[in-house]
Amino acid sequence: MTQAVAADLPIWAALPVALLLLLGAGLALTGTLGLLRLGSFYERVHAPTLGTTLGIGCVLIASMLYFSVLQTRPVLHEVLIAVFMTVTTPVTLMLLARAALYRDRREGNDQVPPPPPPPRGGQEEGPDGTTEEMAAMDRAELAERR
Amino acid sequence: MRRVLPHPLLTACLLVMWLLLNQSLTAGSVILGGVLALGASRALVRLEPPRARFRRPGVALQLAFIVLRDIIRSNIAVARIILRPGRGDRRSGFVRIPLDMRDPYGLAVLACIITATPGTIWVEYDSASRSLLLHILDLIDEDAWARIIKGRYESRLMEIFE
Repeated sequence: MTQAVAADLPIWAALPVALLLLLGAGLALTGTLGLLRLGSFYERVHAPTLGTTLGIGCVLIASMLYFSVLQTRPVLHEVLIAVFMTVTTPVTLMLLARAALYRDRREGNDQVPPPPPPPRGGQEEGPDGTTEEMAAMDRAELAERR
Repeated sequence: MRRVLPHPLLTACLLVMWLLLNQSLTAGSVILGGVLALGASRALVRLEPPRARFRRPGVALQLAFIVLRDIIRSNIAVARIILRPGRGDRRSGFVRIPLDMRDPYGLAVLACIITATPGTIWVEYDSASRSLLLHILDLIDEDAWARIIKGRYESRLMEIFE
């Protein structure tokens, strides 16, 4: 296979590829700016999701278009990157958010909501001291994991 | 049938993934991918995952389009919030939403949807009280968010998975 170079790309494909790349990169940059500008931790974790959703989407479509036109056959394996990104991002985000929430609750920060009320007839109702409640919650959570 | 080909959908997905990774449709890669996919899906039987049901592909397709549209919309909205000078009168906050869905696969897909739309983050799900805690970047009306999550996503996911 002869190596195709960027100069071989016809103009009708070069324009959308360039636009999509710029748009994707712009979204990623905006997300990074948000990481700088927004106030609290919970607000800041919203910002990078711009880059991991539409941002990466634009870059992947640009890549598929570019290589499909250059190699004159459909190049689709970028779809897998999108799938794996969508499936794995929630894991990291949940881990971060829950860790932050756990610490804030431990410190008695009143900006975060209290843990959910125990189910009806909850078996382990501690006294109203927050640390006791926290400990009960931790135990319940551990038991649930096992 | 179940014994020869457990998890037919998973097997098909793995085969497609293999073909995409190898970027070829030759007989060799189809056979090799098929053997690998079959082996992997049979190995999964040993792990005894909770039973999954997948029905109504039409609803799933509709949901995919709704999510795609919401991703684009919320990307624009969040980009606007970030680039707008000053703080404005925007308020962010937590919302607790009671969920009716119990199916673990449905919940997993809901987590992917909520994470994939910028502006909403899945913070915690409590299986005892069956409530979901979200953090929302631009919180105007808490009830409206509950309606969106329950009406737009949860009802469709329940149709598909339960």
